[in-house]
Amino acid sequence: MHYTVCKELNSVILSVSSQINFVCLISRQGKVRLTKWYSTYSQKERSKAIRELSGVILSRGPKLCNFVDWKGHKVVYKRYASLYFCICIDEEDNELEALEVIHHFVEILDRYFGSVCELDLIFNFHKAYYILDELLIAGELQESSKRTIAKLISAQDNLVEVAKEEASSLSNIIAQATK
Amino acid sequence: MNPFSSGTRLRDMIRAIRACKTAAEERAVVRKECAAIRAAINENDQDYRHRNLAKLMFIHMLGYPTHFGQMECLKLIASPGFPEKRIGYLGLMLLLDERQEVLMLVTNSVKQDLNHTNQYIVGLALCALGNICSAEMARDLAPEVERLLQFRDPNIRKKAALCSIRIIKKVPDLAENFINPVAALLKEKHHGVLITGIQLCTDLCKVSPEALEYFRKKCTDGLVRTLRDLVNSPYAPEYDIAGITDPFLHIRLLKLLRVLGQGDADASDAMNDILAQVATKTESNKNAGNAILYECVETIMSIEDNGGLRVLAINILGRFLSNRDNNIRYVALNMLMRAITVDAQAVQRHRATILECVKDSDASIRKRALELVYLLVNESNVKPLTKELVDYLEVSDQDFKGDLTAKICSIIEKFSPEKIWYIDQMLKVLTEAGNFVKDEVWHALVVVISNASDLHGYTVRALFRALQTTAEQESLVRVAVWCIGEYGDLLVNNAGMLNVEDPITVTESDAVDVVESAIKRHASDLTTKSMALIALLKLSSRFPSCSGRIKDIVVQHKGSLVLELQQRSLEFNSIIEKHQNIRSALVERMPVLDEASFGGRRASSLPNTVSTSNGTAVKLPNGVAKSSAAPLVDLLDLSDDVPAPSSSGGDFLQDLLGVDLAPATQSGTSQAPKAGTDVLLDLLSIGSNPAQDNSVSTPDILSSAQDHKPAIASLDVLAAPSNMMDLLDGFAPAPPKPANNGPAYPSIVAFESSSLRLTFNFSKQPGNPQTTTISGTFTNLSSNVFTDFVFQAAVPKFLQLHLDPASGNSLPASGNGTITQSLKVTNSQHGKKPLVMRLRIAYKVDGKDVLEEGQINNFPRDL
Repeated sequence: MHYTVCKELNSVILSVSSQINFVCLISRQGKVRLTKWYSTYSQKERSKAIRELSGVILSRGPKLCNFVDWKGHKVVYKRYASLYFCICIDEEDNELEALEVIHHFVEILDRYFGSVCELDLIFNFHKAYYILDELLIAGELQESSKRTIAKLISAQDNLVEVAKEEASSLSNIIAQATK
Repeated sequence: MNPFSSGTRLRDMIRAIRACKTAAEERAVVRKECAAIRAAINENDQDYRHRNLAKLMFIHMLGYPTHFGQMECLKLIASPGFPEKRIGYLGLMLLLDERQEVLMLVTNSVKQDLNHTNQYIVGLALCALGNICSAEMARDLAPEVERLLQFRDPNIRKKAALCSIRIIKKVPDLAENFINPVAALLKEKHHGVLITGIQLCTDLCKVSPEALEYFRKKCTDGLVRTLRDLVNSPYAPEYDIAGITDPFLHIRLLKLLRVLGQGDADASDAMNDILAQVATKTESNKNAGNAILYECVETIMSIEDNGGLRVLAINILGRFLSNRDNNIRYVALNMLMRAITVDAQAVQRHRATILECVKDSDASIRKRALELVYLLVNESNVKPLTKELVDYLEVSDQDFKGDLTAKICSIIEKFSPEKIWYIDQMLKVLTEAGNFVKDEVWHALVVVISNASDLHGYTVRALFRALQTTAEQESLVRVAVWCIGEYGDLLVNNAGMLNVEDPITVTESDAVDVVESAIKRHASDLTTKSMALIALLKLSSRFPSCSGRIKDIVVQHKGSLVLELQQRSLEFNSIIEKHQNIRSALVERMPVLDEASFGGRRASSLPNTVSTSNGTAVKLPNGVAKSSAAPLVDLLDLSDDVPAPSSSGGDFLQDLLGVDLAPATQSGTSQAPKAGTDVLLDLLSIGSNPAQDNSVSTPDILSSAQDHKPAIASLDVLAAPSNMMDLLDGFAPAPPKPANNGPAYPSIVAFESSSLRLTFNFSKQPGNPQTTTISGTFTNLSSNVFTDFVFQAAVPKFLQLHLDPASGNSLPASGNGTITQSLKVTNSQHGKKPLVMRLRIAYKVDGKDVLEEGQINNFPRDL
């Protein structure tokens, strides 16, 4: 009983937490492929967190549970091929749901890239971020429909394409005019 | 020239970096790229700006500094086109965080984008704001976001809802503006809007009691209906996961219902049926279903009691616990930990399974299970549970031993039914994992041994035996050496033999052998060696026949490189050689260490979670008694694993050692570990003294501690060999008491409610600016007498707080009398941060409990 009381007080004093504190993708070699911070961490804390977590997570065996306790938070991770998807949540959050969020994200990436692999995420890292931004804001889930997210992303990609074409036709006109 | 046809260059850079064989090569490539980007920035190159930013983001991800690109983000955000804005906002979120002042410059652009005609640009701005906005930005832009909650496109509404969460977390005062718009979101059909609206609603309830009341009244029924429709909805391919329609929405609805139902019987009643339906109908063969069940169980456990539902929930947990999937077992343990306050009996039924989980191969599960077992221990099951844990200690992983040892020690100290059991178990732990035992734990053991006069012989013989088999556990060696020094005679003559032990034959020289090996062992640290040296001095008098040999050992340390050992060996040598006449008086057995004052002081600095079972606790005076002090310390302690620095624990050691008599004992005290950290210690429950006996005497003991000190100090050579200096030279006079006239501070009214006022007077000791002595005076403003008055305070980590006992626990009505209580606060950030304190005052009026809480921010600045 006392334990909960003390937690409440501390959360008021120390920080206001969000559901997901950060998301990161780490390769089996420990390389960072994506990080997104929803709670405030300094640059130093960020690299320390990633270093510590990759140490813990990469060394865990395959049959063990997908959760590790980390500094009063919990990190839920899941491995897909050579990539570890990690989500740091608060002590009282639902770990099983976090696993579903990870899977949701992976399915959307898969649909977008067409059977996604690590190289897709390396060369198109900004696209992975765009997708994540349609999935999560402020550390909270934004959309449960994969189709809606796919539609939103392709609409925005189209906007970029249109702008590109306009610009290239414009530069062609300029090029021809200055010939 | 074309800004959009240069995408290959980013790819080229990534390829070049990936092709690097060594870290040095990579650094070189990155350095070259960064130089080029800086040059482009200096030339204010517009065409490649977005590509350069993309490259910087990649470089940032590799961990290189990229601050020079921050302004580029702002320029891109300010440019008119969608592609530039898209990458600009992404860069803003990646390269900056809310603490950078550059962020303030973007407020205006974000404001314009929030009003943009292109909804995707509005979306980008909302997303960035939701992810990194600071409190100032939140204040500036809240009206825009609030308006967007009613935007025509649902995708903007959902983004605005999540953005609002960030805003109210940063500025809770803004919460009330969002209450009405959110109520509208809860009625929507679009799942994205519904999910985000429910989430916002949950967060509003957390920060605003009015919001909670409002939603409880207006929305509970609607939410129950939404959940029912969702549960009964037909197959919906867009939202289907493993045969369940939108588990995410399920979970958020359950979470919000939990918040609404907690503490409100009517609301809880309204959701009983649907919770029962979710708990029974949800498929549990896939993760999604289990996630819903898990959330549902938590909601059932949190809302107002409904016996039937709780049985259902506990059964689900039982099923989880026996699941083969480690994830499910992990969450079951987690949940059982919370369920224990609701239904301890039901959790106890799973004890055997939980105990098995302590031995699991998965560290995450082990840790959870151990914490749960710790909560399960009570007077009736402590013996078998401890046995299981101690047995497991033998085979457990090295990196788990620390946690396990701390928990076992804590259990032993808290629940031990008799002293001999306590000593036996502690010896087992010391033997198995002595290196993991915290200092205050073995200090406590020494105190207990010292008090158990009928067990002195038994203990010293058991320790001697244990040392024969295990000599590399530091704290075992220390305790053994201490006991042999004190009770060496009992070891040799087998005095006080108990029925349970086998006689052993130990000669005087065997005993000296043991101590000698402790002092000569390479691994022994200074504390152990010092203790061994003192033990030798004591033995030189107890075993006159070995006196010569002991003298030789002592003399060997005359050349020790450690000053402490060198000095002591010289002094001890002179005692043995020249001061035969006073030696026996000097090395007499230690007087019994004062268990009650040890316990009292420990209790005031350590959490104690079981004391609620002690019915008499409420009669104890504030600050001293274990149970009234316990919740307070829980307030301060983050968790069992985070040691809260405590000054009072340290005081105890100092008092015990009589340090304040000898001004020059720095070396002694610096080794003496700071006691009072993370182990739950309840010495009061160990001995035969029931707590209520102590409760009467404890304040006296504390107040008269001053008188005890000379007596203790004169003989105490436990862990501060430096005291020997005083023994030789006669007592140094106590240092003159500094005049008590530190700088003056105005007194403040720290807390005032309709019924109670608390004023603080401050004083400081000259020469110690960090520490402030606060004298608090409570005045009752109501016309009723307050009884069982307990004051508690909590401070952030940079402060240390020590509470002295209050002058009483009942407060006469209408200001006809006061309670005073003094607090000592040490500010480790003195001069940098002001004092801040949360307080909580509990008392009874006409037998009814009243709880008042508050925060004190108006301390004088330079405390």
